[in-house]
Amino acid sequence: MRFNGTEEYVSTDDLTLAVNAAITLQRPLLVKGEPGTGKTMLAVQVAKALGVPLLEWHIKSTTKAQQGLYEYDAVSRLRDSQLGDARVHDIHNYIVKGMLWQAFAADEPVVLLIDEVDKADIEFPNDLLRELDRMEFYVYETRELIKARHRPIVFITSNNEKELPDAFLRRCFFHYIRFPDKETMEKIVEVHFPGLKKSLLREAMEVFFEIREVPGLKKKPSTSELLDWLKLLLAEDIPPEALHSKDRKTIIPPLHGALLKNEQDVHLFERLVFMTRAKGG
Amino acid sequence: MLIDFFLKLKSHKLPVSIKEYLTLIEALQKGVIGPSVDDFYYLSRAALVKDEANFDKFDRAFSEFWQGVETIPGIEAQIPLEWLLKQVELTLSEEEKKQIEALGGWEKLMETLKQRLEEQKGRHQGGKKWIGTAGTSPFGAYGYNPEGIRIGQDKSRNRSAVKVWDQREYRNLDDSVELGTRNIKVALRRLRRFAREGSPEEFDLDHTIDSTAKKAYLDIHMRPERRNTVKVLMLLDIGGTMDDHVKLCEELFSAAKTEFKHFEHFYFHNCLYDFVWKDNRRRHAERTRTWDLLHKYGHDYKVIFVGDATMSPYEILQPGGSIEYFNEEPGAMWVKRVTDIYSKCVWLNPEPEEIWPYRQSIQVMKELMNGRMFPTTLAGLEKAMKLLAK
Repeated sequence: MRFNGTEEYVSTDDLTLAVNAAITLQRPLLVKGEPGTGKTMLAVQVAKALGVPLLEWHIKSTTKAQQGLYEYDAVSRLRDSQLGDARVHDIHNYIVKGMLWQAFAADEPVVLLIDEVDKADIEFPNDLLRELDRMEFYVYETRELIKARHRPIVFITSNNEKELPDAFLRRCFFHYIRFPDKETMEKIVEVHFPGLKKSLLREAMEVFFEIREVPGLKKKPSTSELLDWLKLLLAEDIPPEALHSKDRKTIIPPLHGALLKNEQDVHLFERLVFMTRAKGG
Repeated sequence: MLIDFFLKLKSHKLPVSIKEYLTLIEALQKGVIGPSVDDFYYLSRAALVKDEANFDKFDRAFSEFWQGVETIPGIEAQIPLEWLLKQVELTLSEEEKKQIEALGGWEKLMETLKQRLEEQKGRHQGGKKWIGTAGTSPFGAYGYNPEGIRIGQDKSRNRSAVKVWDQREYRNLDDSVELGTRNIKVALRRLRRFAREGSPEEFDLDHTIDSTAKKAYLDIHMRPERRNTVKVLMLLDIGGTMDDHVKLCEELFSAAKTEFKHFEHFYFHNCLYDFVWKDNRRRHAERTRTWDLLHKYGHDYKVIFVGDATMSPYEILQPGGSIEYFNEEPGAMWVKRVTDIYSKCVWLNPEPEEIWPYRQSIQVMKELMNGRMFPTTLAGLEKAMKLLAK
């Protein structure tokens, strides 16, 4: 199995290589990067390209590692026992399989996405060491050892909110998705909006990269913001000339709300524009 | 050969482990990559480096290692001359070749190059004389001098590996970056200490099941909620030289305030003396005696000083050293009292760590704190929190 990018996802050389290394060696791939650079999309697209099912496990601050394996629904068993339900005699009826179990039990190799692993408690990754390394775990309630029939292809994304433990990192391949350069960005836009007017694209990209250059922004606009913004520009049918001016720094681009998501950033940007305008005038 | 590579990474202080090294070997064995340096660079990075903050270190180590590999034994400098010569010949036009003749020909040019290579120790960029990139010296790449010799600028394989790591694109991700509140909060989270205290308000499922099974009737148990119980006392230097660091202190302060439930703060000026205050506008009217502070907050509080410790050493060491009023006891005495009472105590200094040795007062203060002074970078803050959490 090899991954070479898809029609909908532009994968750089280094990313492709990291993905293929992870697939070949059957190790998890840890993906970090600025928000909006397509970390989660990667797993979706790899599953699509390889033609295998995708299982998604989204992590929240309250998620426990155990929930990825299985959960024992004691409350409903208690209730059933008081109502005299026959089901109560078989404990298997009350064990709810988690995402990891589902991935281990699948008939074919699957892609498993563990999304935003850094959101969970600091100890969370440590609780998954054996599961990700040996791809097996023990169910205490039924005294079974669950082993993966096929080692799933595991993608783990992180936004860097917490440092991950060394023992966990050692078991993974790592890739940091760098913010795409202009060339790659054009490819990405082409994939999402095929046949976009060249002039509009050029103007839009320049405005976009200029905004990213503005010093002191709290959240720089990223790929997903650019795509949203282009969508809006197309929907509103904004002509390329509207983005164009002799000195681009003196106009506020239309619909800039799609690029700047933070009130303070918008203020900062507007102030900068007014300052250059005042100087120019 | 790869063991050398591994050791080279280690010597650059990269946290690489044997397990990761074996993974890399395994990947090479399984033929994940073709025989290309670029691919090897990407693969080894994915297998060995697990934090983008270390990418820059890795790039440097890789570059160093790679230069070593390319060296032909017997030539003194890091760059093989024969290889260079061919390269130069390929890239020169007829006119340029004539100009070289004017300079005294190949022989002389090479002689000078050799000389300079011997003189020059490190890597170099820009400038007029030394070999490196983007300069106007006749030697080095990307330059303007028509007689120049290209070094390391490999035109035929334009996206060559040398370029990838020589660009060092990840340099600003090194973890001495400035702090935003979110980063600070993440760092402060290291201080979390969870415990269940107070009134039982949360349903305790496990305990309820256990006890129901034992007693054979539904027996409900409740427990107190899990909360962060760490207690933090923050003492901030304000005014004077601290004005340069207002933004950083604000960020640190606001992050700390939302992160800890038991959080107290007080201000002082330059050094801690016999009183502190809570509100800067009414600092002369509403003061708290430092003695009261030490009595009120128990020794389980963790104390964080924030200040640049930049002043005259007399302000710390002499009675009456304060620039605002006559203090009967020296500031050093007060700092010592704090460190005596609170075993968990650090000083965060917004001044860059490099200049600390040149300021006497910082040295004095660091000694008073038993060396527990940290810069307010992400790395420094994390070290400080680790120490407090121990």
